[in-house]
Amino acid sequence: MKKVFFLFVLVALSACKKDDTTTELTFVKPVHFPEPTYKFENNRITRAGFELGRILFYDGDLSRDGSISCGSCHLQSAAFTHHGHDVSHGIDDRIGSRNAPPVMNLAWGKTFFWDGGVHDLDLFAIAPIENPLEMDETFANVVSKLKKKAVYPPLFQKAFGTTEISGPLVLKALSQFQLMLVSAESRYDKFRLGDTNALTADEKTGLELVKTKCGNCHAGELFTDDSFRNNGIQHFGDKGRFRITLNDDDAYKFKVPSLRNLQYTAPYMHDGRFLTLDAVVEHYRKGVRQSPNIDPSVSNGISITDDEKQKILTFLSALNDENFIRNKEFSEQ
Amino acid sequence: MKTLKNIFPFALLAALLVVASCKKEDTIDPNEKGSVVLEFDNIYEGQQLKLNDVTYKTAAGEDINISQFDYFVSNIHLVKEDGSEYIVPQDNSYFLVKESNVASQTLTLTDVPAANYKSVKFMIGVDSLRNTMDVSKRTGILDPAAGAAGMYWSWNSGYIFMKMEGTSPSAPLDSATNLRKFRMHIGGFGGLNSKTINNIKEASLTDADGEMAKVRASAKPTFHITVDASKVLNGSTNVSLKTNATTMFNAFSVNVANNYQSMFKVDHVHN
Repeated sequence: MKKVFFLFVLVALSACKKDDTTTELTFVKPVHFPEPTYKFENNRITRAGFELGRILFYDGDLSRDGSISCGSCHLQSAAFTHHGHDVSHGIDDRIGSRNAPPVMNLAWGKTFFWDGGVHDLDLFAIAPIENPLEMDETFANVVSKLKKKAVYPPLFQKAFGTTEISGPLVLKALSQFQLMLVSAESRYDKFRLGDTNALTADEKTGLELVKTKCGNCHAGELFTDDSFRNNGIQHFGDKGRFRITLNDDDAYKFKVPSLRNLQYTAPYMHDGRFLTLDAVVEHYRKGVRQSPNIDPSVSNGISITDDEKQKILTFLSALNDENFIRNKEFSEQ
Repeated sequence: MKTLKNIFPFALLAALLVVASCKKEDTIDPNEKGSVVLEFDNIYEGQQLKLNDVTYKTAAGEDINISQFDYFVSNIHLVKEDGSEYIVPQDNSYFLVKESNVASQTLTLTDVPAANYKSVKFMIGVDSLRNTMDVSKRTGILDPAAGAAGMYWSWNSGYIFMKMEGTSPSAPLDSATNLRKFRMHIGGFGGLNSKTINNIKEASLTDADGEMAKVRASAKPTFHITVDASKVLNGSTNVSLKTNATTMFNAFSVNVANNYQSMFKVDHVHN
């Protein structure tokens, strides 16, 4: 009798869950992706945490005058980059020094920023908030502004079980939203998971060319090995990774970006100097310049025929993930 | 003879009392706990440090006015007279001393085992573990949104260990403030993914006269520590603000950290 009752309750409960429009949310690793690097045990993803993070991501009060949110320079339609801007424009239209990278697949990031200055996603958001060229605010003041907004205490209660808003919880919520921004549904991914028709013949050839000619750095399912390299572009003042390590061997090295969603994330390179993918490939074919710490894999250029270039470019379009830029869950509500 | 006889019992009693009192001094109940105070008294050479108003001279011959002088003290060890150490528990061993905040200059360590402590040792800065730990564990003065505000580099994750700012006619004009500002922001825990500068320094301080802090349940002694802010710019490298007015995360910062490592001194111990 007792058992039957218990079973009945369980069925009733699961029925409730099904009816609920706001289904619970978990981070699901795409089967062909490697294990994520983010320590989820320190920040369990919940729907409430994700939704709070989403509101924070789109809240202009993270900036000094309320004008700039994270979403201002990381637009979903541009795979969370600042489309069309070589370097991003922050508060008072101040010009940043680097191109806004996509907020995508961050659960696999070992370091963040073009120079890898932040080693933990949970510590990331403080940097754009406090950068005078971006949001020009202090993190402490952001927290005190959020405390005064009536909307937040119940959301923190739902997400973290406390109405006490603190810096660490703001950061954890922002991480939850950003960690869910997984892009793994391109035509390449469908091909990778067994749909042999997902790629055309040319794209399949292009994929093999990318593997052999670009795969040294743009490696694995993320199409980046997350390392820092000098790829032979002409260098000006920005010494990249050197700024973080002060090691001469790191001068002019920048994080290898992913090849996913390139259609949406133009322009390219840490300063957005190349407007088209064609110009990027041309750089590796003919434009490489010698400079300290140039990566051996590009120091003599990469030999790519015209035909190969076309196939590479064709394949790269198969790495665009339309679901990622259209997913309403990721948009400002 | 008679008088001596009369005195003898008193003398004996007196001697016994002395011995007994000595004994009391020597045997300390191992379970007894007390407190000890570390008082950080910021000075500039022989004078009390005063923010903004007073002009000081550096070894490089430059005039400076100091507007801010803050530093982290952490990982405190107290050294007993026999050389053994009491290590203050990690969670209670992080302090941010600010010249602008009098309360922050008095560090009270509680639950300290009763003993005679001859030295105090601590880290000037924050260890690499706390520089890389999960943000939810960074509370109080380690919280970048609260206690550590202004003492944390967000673009190159890590704490600023020592911050001194001010003005000097020798420093170049700062376009943002229209002042001749100097800024010493010294940090660098050695790096996590790549090795980089490590400006974590340690201080080990003993009173020159050998006075010890006698911690008892009934006695709360104080190490009165002077902190000579002049040592930031003066020492093995006499820093010129003409050339190094802005010293933050760069190779030159190592010289500044080497300088200020010796700014702490036990002036005296109150028992």
